[in-house]
Amino acid sequence: MKLALAPSDRPFLPRGVRLAADKVRGGTVLLCPEKAIALDAIGEAILSRVDGSTSFKEIVAALAVAYDAPAEQIAGDVQRFLAGLRARMYLAVRP
Amino acid sequence: MTVPPPIAMLAELTHRCPLACPYCSNPQDLLGREAEMTTGEWADAFHQAAELGVLQLHLSGGEPAARPDLAELTAAAQGCGLYTNLITSGIGLTPRRLDALEAAGLDHIQLSLQGTSAGLADWIGGYKGGFDRKMKIAAEIKTRGIPLTLNAVMHRHNLDDLERTIEMAVEMGARRLEVASVQFHGWASRNRAQLLPTRAQTEAAKRIVAEAEQRLRGVLAFDFVPPDYYADYPKACMGGWGTAGLNIAPDGTVLPCHAAQTIPHLDFDNVRSKPLAAIWYEGAAFNSYRGTDWLPQPCRSCDRKESDFGGCRCQALALAGDAGAADPVCRKSPRHQAVLDLLEAGSTGDGGGFVYRRAAG
Repeated sequence: MKLALAPSDRPFLPRGVRLAADKVRGGTVLLCPEKAIALDAIGEAILSRVDGSTSFKEIVAALAVAYDAPAEQIAGDVQRFLAGLRARMYLAVRP
Repeated sequence: MTVPPPIAMLAELTHRCPLACPYCSNPQDLLGREAEMTTGEWADAFHQAAELGVLQLHLSGGEPAARPDLAELTAAAQGCGLYTNLITSGIGLTPRRLDALEAAGLDHIQLSLQGTSAGLADWIGGYKGGFDRKMKIAAEIKTRGIPLTLNAVMHRHNLDDLERTIEMAVEMGARRLEVASVQFHGWASRNRAQLLPTRAQTEAAKRIVAEAEQRLRGVLAFDFVPPDYYADYPKACMGGWGTAGLNIAPDGTVLPCHAAQTIPHLDFDNVRSKPLAAIWYEGAAFNSYRGTDWLPQPCRSCDRKESDFGGCRCQALALAGDAGAADPVCRKSPRHQAVLDLLEAGSTGDGGGFVYRRAAG
């Protein structure tokens, strides 16, 4: 299976994966089965838009506006981040 | 060093277990029911852990399902915001108990696998009928969609079934498979001659896992712990002593790792009598091997010291007779020959029958 998301794919966090505030260290963590991932501002910005109904293309477009950056560059960053999570089964996709 | 807050806590709710796996990581002196902390004491420990910075809680044992208050403990952990993982053989779980655990907010289950057939699994687990009961509960978990990791503990007697093990993980709907080679602590150290895999098995396992990882991308994620006796360098045990995680034994004793009580000169605090934060930051046992300042040679001048921290303290004690020595698994250790001797001895016979994990008396 290819891990890369197609433009129309709608990613979501599957059951057992969730965002949480880290009260002690600060920031946001992605809580996954037997793993906690501290998110940087970019990771948080991406995952805050991952809701199962917004497509990959729409997420990229929204981030390009929010960060005033070219969509192609944003698309590469978002793809790397989301495909990495998908490889660990921390992210699922609806076509 | 600046001591970071812990990320994960393993709560060994009980040492009681219907299985008798000869590689159990519990100590050889098993605690009985009367020694176990109460529901309220555990709930308080979970609360303290969350305040301290713990994000992930592993409910383990023994068999945690032996505790009738398991769902109540899960709810207490969820109430503190802890990500809650149940580490179980499946024995003692029922559809009704799964209902209660789901209602309590359980996040994830890690199910152990002793073998790929009833004959093999029940022999290894020392419990007739265990495999069939496990498979029934695995089907329940799949139907409900509870996130599942299959934890296959691998050794000489089941490594040849690795491909079937991987298939079973997919059939069960697991998202993740731990191919976890037996670590020679606790009961496994008594059964080493029976359990040590061969070098050929070890090499085959590496090939099989690498191939399956590619083939099952996006279907099943792998965590592979190869047999460390065949490694060139030691593992960074626990991600560094007193750095990432802690364990609480059934009676409230707080440990840097599950085998730490094998190190006789260490004194361990108890969460029943001392706050968890004080134990983590100031406890003598946690500070004994923290960081790199205590490291012996050859570790002190080794460029790997920040990645493996000299390896496993319990293994250093068991194989080199000194918990402060380099882990003898390391090829640079002056005591590495001890590991080579064990491999040589282990390859020559079946070592007789298992010494099963059972309570004394």
